Amino acid sequence: MHDDLAQRVAAATPPALARRLRGVSDRTIAWLFVTPTILLLLAVNIFPLNWTIRLSLTNFRTNRPNNPVEFVGIENYRKILTNPDTWASLQATAHFLIWTIVLQVLIGFALAYLINKKFRGNDLWTTLIVLPMMLSPAVVGNFWTFLYQPQIGLFNYFVAFLTGADPASFSMIGEVSLAPWAIIIVDTWMWTPFVMLICLAGLRSIPPSIYEAAECDRASKWRQFWTITLPMALPFLMLAVLFRGIENFKMFDLVVQLTGGGPGATTQLTSIDLKREAFEKWRTGFASAYAVILFVTVFGLASIYVKALNKVKDR
Amino acid sequence: MNAKQLLTPAMLAAMASIAMGTSAARATDLTLCWAAWDPANALVELSKEYEAQSGNTMHFEFVPWTSFADRMLNELNSGGKLCDLMIGDSQWIGGAAENGQYIKLNDFFDANGIKMDDFIPATVVGYAEWPKNTPNYWALPAFGDVVGWTYRKDWFNRPELQAEFKAKYGRALAVPKTFDELKQIAEFFQNRDIDGKKVYGASIYTERGSEGITMGVMDVLYSYGFKYENPDKPYDMEGFVNSDNAVKGLEFYKSLYDCCVPPGSSNGYMGEGVDAFKSGQVALQMNFAFTWPGFNTDANVGGDRTGYFANPAGPNGDKFAQLGGQGISVVAASDNKDAALTYIKWFAQPSVQAKWWKLGGYSALRAVVEDPGFATSQPYAQTFLDSMAIVKDFWAEPSYATLLQSSQKWFHDYVVAGHGTAKEALDGLVADWHATFEEEGKY
Repeated sequence: MHDDLAQRVAAATPPALARRLRGVSDRTIAWLFVTPTILLLLAVNIFPLNWTIRLSLTNFRTNRPNNPVEFVGIENYRKILTNPDTWASLQATAHFLIWTIVLQVLIGFALAYLINKKFRGNDLWTTLIVLPMMLSPAVVGNFWTFLYQPQIGLFNYFVAFLTGADPASFSMIGEVSLAPWAIIIVDTWMWTPFVMLICLAGLRSIPPSIYEAAECDRASKWRQFWTITLPMALPFLMLAVLFRGIENFKMFDLVVQLTGGGPGATTQLTSIDLKREAFEKWRTGFASAYAVILFVTVFGLASIYVKALNKVKDR
Repeated sequence: MNAKQLLTPAMLAAMASIAMGTSAARATDLTLCWAAWDPANALVELSKEYEAQSGNTMHFEFVPWTSFADRMLNELNSGGKLCDLMIGDSQWIGGAAENGQYIKLNDFFDANGIKMDDFIPATVVGYAEWPKNTPNYWALPAFGDVVGWTYRKDWFNRPELQAEFKAKYGRALAVPKTFDELKQIAEFFQNRDIDGKKVYGASIYTERGSEGITMGVMDVLYSYGFKYENPDKPYDMEGFVNSDNAVKGLEFYKSLYDCCVPPGSSNGYMGEGVDAFKSGQVALQMNFAFTWPGFNTDANVGGDRTGYFANPAGPNGDKFAQLGGQGISVVAASDNKDAALTYIKWFAQPSVQAKWWKLGGYSALRAVVEDPGFATSQPYAQTFLDSMAIVKDFWAEPSYATLLQSSQKWFHDYVVAGHGTAKEALDGLVADWHATFEEEGKY
């Protein structure tokens, strides 16, 4: 078997190189193939991570090249974890994360369920629904700012039409109680199609024969949904939740465009907080510690979640 | 071969070398970095004269104000070579000087007869000096700017509105002398129907992301008695930043925001103010003087329809205004420092400064602004002079960005989000600023 692989590799390479490869072990060839990827991974992932952890233990500031860099131990971590502003940002992020995932999963799955049915114009509707996710978040943020404008915004007029309220009487991105929902609405509008596509893939992977067997057993549509559709699409749903969870944990551009983190610090998500520390206040060591804390949080949560996902898949 | 024959080739070689040197100097490409706004366009026009005279080619990197500091400070901090000349914000001067990002210009000024006494004193302190009030120059004052007000003169002149205002407030509808009067005018116009359109009282700064709300709040707080620190004990802020008068000033700003701005004004800065005024939404507008030439020529509000006034007085009669504007510096990381200095030398000339003013740039040269014809040269020229005479500026410390982020947070949280009281906001600000200065080793 090993000889086969070596021979196949030798046969597929130019004669000069093949002569040199002859006699080289499979293990060496495997390493030759894998090494560039490992080097790339070390360069773009492991080295920066290692460097960030190192910086997080110092008082380094990028804008003070002349200042001595001092080792401060875990002081940066202590300051971050005892700062009420950090916890307020985490709370704002959790609110955003939970509600966007709940809404996107519910609406995305419902849309996928409908699109999965055969009807005229099915393809056209699918294309129209996925349009928002093809746009740039900066563009989406900008035009939703106009839609939310109390005097001319279509959103306010739509709400006014439904409720009879004065459109200028409320500001979605200017009021503490509404701003968190304003960013949730926009993110849901933009990324629900993504969840829908993943769910659609899940629904289309269910063999029709299972439904046919259920029909023979006179199972109701309701029962078919709960015992066939949902369990079999669940791994896909969970995958969508994982993707959206990671993405929304680091949400930045859309929110900056819409609210800039305001009013006050109402929508100041952790990514915005981190950016301000790193690139406005230039507290590089402090910001590195903040980044490490966020990385550990996401990595830890994602690892637990992936284990749960694998259990569901193995059922 | 005689000496004459020997000299000729040597002389020719020397001449060729000089010619090549000149040609190389002529070929220098200089990049000037600034904010993307109307004055930048005027500078492009002005710089054509420099290109023609020097043979150097000017390139420009203009970034919108809201991301200007992010982009350019990143450039300076990383030792980037994109910019040879930087018209950086006045507050950057401390950091840029202490971190070696700008070159010191004292020797250059001395060698070329450029005297700082020839410039408006406030602009020299604000844009060029570090440490403040010492003769250490890191920039040439390039663009004088200050926060002031515009108002709808045509609305103020309407007899029916004048009569109604007089009946309500017992005085003429005219340029306000105090901030209380300004608020009354704003209240008077709020939600008023003018020519079939609903209008609002005032547009003020509320922007959260960069520096907007701090510029607006400070512009009012100075006249209420706010001081950055104890004049006798630097960095001692307790009782100065959060004095009773400062608290009243912040409460006033919030009351103006609550009563009299157009709906949806929770995140507005210069651009939003310009839009609100040009579209005829507001009677009063707070904005930097650089916007005024644009209003003067605007089809909707230009000419006699717009008036200008400097900040009114606070409750104790004090009148101050927030300084804007910038100086022009040579970036230390540039490979073209000598050529960049020739630009500054050219820009400092009185004839160029006079042309700068004509094109819409606010010259800081006294010969220009003290010219007898200056005050009447434009409808806003006198207001510019009045405002520049009463300026104060935000911290210009190397840690200014951290100090600014604290004020942005506390001011927006109180004024726009409505959290807590003015006293709590200013107490919180003192605590944050104290912590920042403590980290800087100031105590």
